[in-house]
Amino acid sequence: MSARLWHIASNTFREAVRDRVLYNLVAFAILLSGAAILVGQISISIEKLVVINLGLTTVSLFGVVIAIFVGIGLVSKEIEKRTLYTVLSRPVRRWEFIVGKFFGLAGTLVVNTFFMAIGVFVALFYVAHKFTRPDALIFVALYFIILEFLIICALALLFSSFSTPLLSAVFAFSLFVIGTYADDLRAFAGMTTGITRWITSGLAYVVPNFSAFNVISAVAHGEPLSTVLILHNTIYALFYSGLALSGAVLVFEHRNLK
Amino acid sequence: MAAIEILGLEKTYLAGFWRNRPKRALFPLQLTVEDGEIFGFLGPNGAGKTTTLKLLMGLVFPTAGSARILGHAWIDPEVKAQIGFLPEQPYFYDYLTAHELLNYYAQLSGVAANQRKRRIDEVLVRVGLTDVAGVQLRKFSKGMLQRAGIAQAILHDPKLIFLDEPMSGLDPIGRREVRDLIQELKAQGKTVFFSTHILSDAEALCDRVAIIHQGQLRGVGAVQELTSSVQGKIEVTWYGTQIPSAIKALGAECHSTGEITRVALNENQQDAAIDALRRDRLRLISITPLRTSLEAYFVEKLQCAETSAGAKA
Amino acid sequence: MTAKKKTTVIAAGCLIFFLAASTIMVRSVDRLRPTVSGQDVLYFESPKAIKRASLGYTGLMACIYWTRVVQYFGSHHHSSATHYNLLAPLLTITTYLDPHLVIAYEFGANFLAPAPPNGAGEPDKAIQLINYGIQHNRDNWHLYYDLGFVYYMDVKDYAKAAQVFVEGSRLPHTHPYLKLLAAQMAEHAGEYQTARMLWSATYENTEDQQIRKNATDHLRAIRVDEDVRQLQMAVTRFGEQTGRLPSSMHELASFMELRALPVDPDGIPYKLDPDGRVLVAHPDDFPFITRGLPPGYKPPVPGSVH
Repeated sequence: MSARLWHIASNTFREAVRDRVLYNLVAFAILLSGAAILVGQISISIEKLVVINLGLTTVSLFGVVIAIFVGIGLVSKEIEKRTLYTVLSRPVRRWEFIVGKFFGLAGTLVVNTFFMAIGVFVALFYVAHKFTRPDALIFVALYFIILEFLIICALALLFSSFSTPLLSAVFAFSLFVIGTYADDLRAFAGMTTGITRWITSGLAYVVPNFSAFNVISAVAHGEPLSTVLILHNTIYALFYSGLALSGAVLVFEHRNLK
Repeated sequence: MAAIEILGLEKTYLAGFWRNRPKRALFPLQLTVEDGEIFGFLGPNGAGKTTTLKLLMGLVFPTAGSARILGHAWIDPEVKAQIGFLPEQPYFYDYLTAHELLNYYAQLSGVAANQRKRRIDEVLVRVGLTDVAGVQLRKFSKGMLQRAGIAQAILHDPKLIFLDEPMSGLDPIGRREVRDLIQELKAQGKTVFFSTHILSDAEALCDRVAIIHQGQLRGVGAVQELTSSVQGKIEVTWYGTQIPSAIKALGAECHSTGEITRVALNENQQDAAIDALRRDRLRLISITPLRTSLEAYFVEKLQCAETSAGAKA
Repeated sequence: MTAKKKTTVIAAGCLIFFLAASTIMVRSVDRLRPTVSGQDVLYFESPKAIKRASLGYTGLMACIYWTRVVQYFGSHHHSSATHYNLLAPLLTITTYLDPHLVIAYEFGANFLAPAPPNGAGEPDKAIQLINYGIQHNRDNWHLYYDLGFVYYMDVKDYAKAAQVFVEGSRLPHTHPYLKLLAAQMAEHAGEYQTARMLWSATYENTEDQQIRKNATDHLRAIRVDEDVRQLQMAVTRFGEQTGRLPSSMHELASFMELRALPVDPDGIPYKLDPDGRVLVAHPDDFPFITRGLPPGYKPPVPGSVH
């Protein structure tokens, strides 16, 4: 990969940090420690369950919000503020800019998730006083959450490459919700017939499929996850991010920067 | 070798909700800028100067036509390592310090790692931002941003520098400095292409200028040529408000401002005027050949465009 | 080729490749996790929470949940499931969101009460659901019919069924049928005739395809059971008169003075086995029959259903 791509990525990361995106960690810490202390006191015998569920859900939701709200501005803000002019008048290919932005945002989210993960484990230790073997599954859940972030980042970037930030946010958030229910959508598509079936099935497969990524509840119950699922989800996330990124590159490559 | 050859670049935007209203931003443009010259691109606001620059930078794609920059196709990414660009009213990542910004741009332009620091320090000195190199750009004034913009344009020692309205937002001292800088760049053998609507800047700096109005090129030429189009006129000035009758007899109109009076005459009336002043014991101050100012030329070009447009309508 | 064109071509290629590849991956991920497919997950269990979450758009939310009910039951029934744990909560949520969705109560009466594999085997919940419906739709005779139906078919409380039908028949805009059914309860409880009337009424009064199919299957089964009972009685009479079993269905038919061989609802003649048992030719086609089944017959196993 070109050095320029790396420089763009690290500048994107720096932007997120300087724009105080990581401040969400404070909110996260307050929420999680509050919850841990609360469930610790009322002792409802499912403290662990509450901490894992709440912790991982918050990691996921905070990350999705960051991915969408930072992602939608990545390109459109640079066009609007004309910072892009001095970048693209250098030997930077447009695709490098898009892919660099993607890695920068993805890196931001990985770092953010890393700190949140520490918080989850600390809270877990606080309520359970020890770690057990099934707790390692939390890593898998976190990994899946990061995979989901990759897809959302790529989608936000795609919308950002041709739409206004507000519309991009609406699109990206809608796709996130639709993606969460994607397997219901496929089941509904299966209930129709004829041409409707073709169209709805097509749509159901084109939208991101997040349902397989949400294993929070299974992990909270210590249910094992197959390595094949991990592998498949990884490949799917890479493919789908690739899909959205290719789209973003295609759009951006032909865009006039007025 | 020509530094820039613009071969019929044109741009039509599609406006309206259905993108069905074509709006011509630039008519086919033919223009050549020679190596090592300072070239001024003149025109009122909205004339198509910025569109031309954006086309050349590959920020906007032309409807037709092409261009060559430093002998390469203008969209060749490698050519961009040798050009510098200052956009109009530049705005930069305001979360970076001036030093960080220049470092980022140096990385993107492919300045070797071991030379980056030296280059950055040099240009910071050059534009006078050394003291604020560690300050975030969000705290910069407009003038300071303009300086930072110039710094990033010359950072990677480009052969060809595009400046879009480089003097805007600068105080008189700043403008002076930018003028000096442009002349210095020329002395280093660089080519400078700058757009402006301030004619005095162009007149003072440029080897050649082009005038563009309503997306169309109205005239190109050396400043000397454009401004000496009025032949055989002189201006005579002297002390005092008294006007010799012999000069009155020549039929020219005299203007007095304070203690000085001036009159524009034909070249062949010069001796007569001197004799008349002597006779009346008036003190001659100067006799200068009269030139059309660039401004006069500019106004003339724009007016002729308007009358022709009016005639069409 | 310029750099821009090259990038365009490569990006377009990647786009197509990734589109195809990710679709394939979705399919293979689906295969990995059949048991955790979305249908078995009730994201929210509290109807109140869902009502709040719907931000006032309860009608739409009810429709979504209703669709999930149909989808859930349909797919489970299709694979001959042995439990329908989510049916009751889904129906409860649906009707909580929209108490006037009568079809949901009807669905509950038909599929919540019967024992698996034909229903969830939860008649109590069915009754609870329909009573909730009656509370919110006092004048709708359909609900009284559905309630009486459950009491009759699944709880076998004929007195209660009769009472409900009578209540329903007194509504301002009722169906005359209910009065008839009430009378039938009193005299002929437990007879085929009564069951047939009920199933016919169900068939007549619904527009739901799944409920109609279910009613048709029951009506067909009732006919088969009745036919087989009659034929079996004839075999017995034949034995009493001749001292032997009829050798074939032809012989039995002529003994009964029938002009043609007796046939099941699909038009296929009943069979007679060497032990004198009357059998249906294709028992798999009649899911609810209690007679005419070959000895040791097992209903089709899940998966073999088409």
